[in-house]
Amino acid sequence: MTQVRRFLTNNAVSILFVVIGVLGLRVSGLSLPFFLEDIVNRLARNSFMVLSLIIPVLAGLGLNFAIVLGAMAGQAAIIVVTHWKIPGVGGILLAILLAFPLAVVLGILTGRLLNRARGKEMITTLILGFFSNGIYQLVFLLLVGSVIPMKNDVLVLSSGVGLRTSIDLTGGLKNGLDDLLRIPFPVCAAVTGILLLGVYMVGFFRRRSVRIGKLVGIGVLALFLIGWGLFQVYTRSMFNFVRVPVGTFLIVLGLCVFITFFTRTKLGQDMRTVGQDRHIAEVAGIDSDRIRIIAMVMSTVLASIGQIVFLQNLGTFSTYGSHEQAGMFAIAALLIGGASVAKATIGQALLGTLLFHTMFIVSPLAGRTLFGDAQLGEFFRAFVAYGIIGLSLALHSWKKQMQAREEARRSV
Amino acid sequence: MLEHLLTKIRSFGIPRIIIILFLLSLWISAAFLSIPFPALLSDTFVRLGMNTVLTLSMLPSILVGTSLFFGLPLGIICGLLGGVMSIELNLKGLTAFFAAIGFSIPLAILVGYGYGLLLNRVKGSEMTVGTYVGFAFVSLMSFGWVTLPFKNPEMAWAIGKGIRVTVSLEGRFSNVLNKLWAFELYGVKIPTGALVFLGVMCLFMGLFLRTRTGLAMQECGMNPKFAKASGINVDRMRILGTIISTILGAIGILTYAQGFGFLQLYEAPMYMGFIAAAAILIGGASLKTAKISHVIIGTFLFQGILVVALPVANTVATLGSLAEISRIIVSNGIILYALAQKGGNE
Repeated sequence: MTQVRRFLTNNAVSILFVVIGVLGLRVSGLSLPFFLEDIVNRLARNSFMVLSLIIPVLAGLGLNFAIVLGAMAGQAAIIVVTHWKIPGVGGILLAILLAFPLAVVLGILTGRLLNRARGKEMITTLILGFFSNGIYQLVFLLLVGSVIPMKNDVLVLSSGVGLRTSIDLTGGLKNGLDDLLRIPFPVCAAVTGILLLGVYMVGFFRRRSVRIGKLVGIGVLALFLIGWGLFQVYTRSMFNFVRVPVGTFLIVLGLCVFITFFTRTKLGQDMRTVGQDRHIAEVAGIDSDRIRIIAMVMSTVLASIGQIVFLQNLGTFSTYGSHEQAGMFAIAALLIGGASVAKATIGQALLGTLLFHTMFIVSPLAGRTLFGDAQLGEFFRAFVAYGIIGLSLALHSWKKQMQAREEARRSV
Repeated sequence: MLEHLLTKIRSFGIPRIIIILFLLSLWISAAFLSIPFPALLSDTFVRLGMNTVLTLSMLPSILVGTSLFFGLPLGIICGLLGGVMSIELNLKGLTAFFAAIGFSIPLAILVGYGYGLLLNRVKGSEMTVGTYVGFAFVSLMSFGWVTLPFKNPEMAWAIGKGIRVTVSLEGRFSNVLNKLWAFELYGVKIPTGALVFLGVMCLFMGLFLRTRTGLAMQECGMNPKFAKASGINVDRMRILGTIISTILGAIGILTYAQGFGFLQLYEAPMYMGFIAAAAILIGGASLKTAKISHVIIGTFLFQGILVVALPVANTVATLGSLAEISRIIVSNGIILYALAQKGGNE
């Protein structure tokens, strides 16, 4: 009983959003295959970006609103690649390569700024995002065409200075990664089930100390996925029209593996120590300033890749707006998954992305059905995104204050 | 000698010097582009009248120790509600303006009280929490603007329900303060009423800061432990400071709106907190200390830049959005500079 209660209180936010999502889905009247198509796409689009937030949390820097800078680096690279008209996977790889040095430099600068603004990291990254947006506009709205030579009738405004407000990636980077390999959803489910089964068989025979409950759960899930997938394939249901962009998901999977692996390295452990207690870290001979800069660089570089993955999936972007929301939406997603300022896991990031985008899909439709106005649904999701960030920041700070008070009382 | 000069410059603040030089260079280029100087100065005065009270709302918050008042949208929304109510009641002129202030103050007290309670629970993260509470409140109020039962056709959409995104104040209280006792001096129009109004607000603030309560409030910001030891209820003072800031935000947006000629609803209030914060920081405030002179000097410098940047940029033709871009860079740059200063842990 206490276990159940603890589970409920620890995961209150995520549970609330599961309820909102399910109710919204029912009210919106979306059919399941249609919804699935949308959500699979959005998961492929945004997971990478949300995952790029984990490392700064590990290093005790809190939620990195400055992934906006990484997003800008990615976007700048995309603009260059689109200008050079290099399509497909080659273009995407080139964009990632081009964004890399820029993201590293921006990451170092952000890290150094944060070392000066200790204890105020989050508000600093937030304002830094706004600030760099000004620089971004300066470069792409005023300097391109006037100082930086660029001749391109499609990208540049008719006056010859500044980029157009929206850029279409069709015929260029659009779906370059997604279209590498697309597999019908039921097949994907069955294959996932088989892999899951395989991994756990290996685990079971290697180590005998696996918890029985967990093993049974995974086994049932795997068998269900296989059975359901095969059934859907056999009956040729609508689900077969949902085609999963496997390439993109493999990259996301790659990042998950990387993060798991990274946290076990010496550097990852140092980062965790710095995040938990800087003084202990200093005593242990860890250069915390350096570690914090490395964390920011990693996050910024990952965010630049994240934005490239995001935009190749979307296929079109608003030159001066797409990066702006990237940070906020990613952070809201992470928090909805149950993460906090001090702790974030891969599972929380993925679950959060799923729940956040479910809300994104259903709320305008639900708004129209419930109030006769889709705009109210849009206000609702903006409110939720901002509100969830405000709420979880407030709860975290409150908890810290209570802990400090408790400690003070104990020491007296 | 040189060292002495350097320390002086440093204490004056490098960004402030940059901003003053930037303003001077804009003025000089304006002169070269033969943009009429009196008109620029007139505009600067109008903008000063519009923005000073919003900037002033940062002051109590900084002094009481809750740092920059990024919850400003809360106050702004109270002010906008007051303005909308005054139009709904079909009021006109100065009556409409002061009635709007009158309606908004009780709301601001209520909202400020609640917000103050919240800030007391999140000591050390006031700015981050405030920013997002402000954002969330703005999007929550977007529901309100659509659903609140205001009937006046002036404010309603032609089709659909809810209030317009911008409500014109023409024939209501547009420019009521600017036109009051206005006169011209060497071609410079002086919006006397607006300047007197902001003068009165600053005077009230100055007097309040010299009262017992005002002094106690400043003590809380300077040294909360000492304040507590000397019998001041720090939490109550912080709530009081927040309430005053919220009220000033409400009055501030109404003075802004009378100069601008429109009430801007929905998402417009979202980023106004950053502009006001930037203004007071440009004037010489830090995250922990501020004076009324900082409010006025800062607003003058910041708005001066914005006023001149636009015509200068337009004359150079290709740089159409320079004014907006320099606003973003200057305002956020100065906030970043303040955050990166030593001390003042959030």
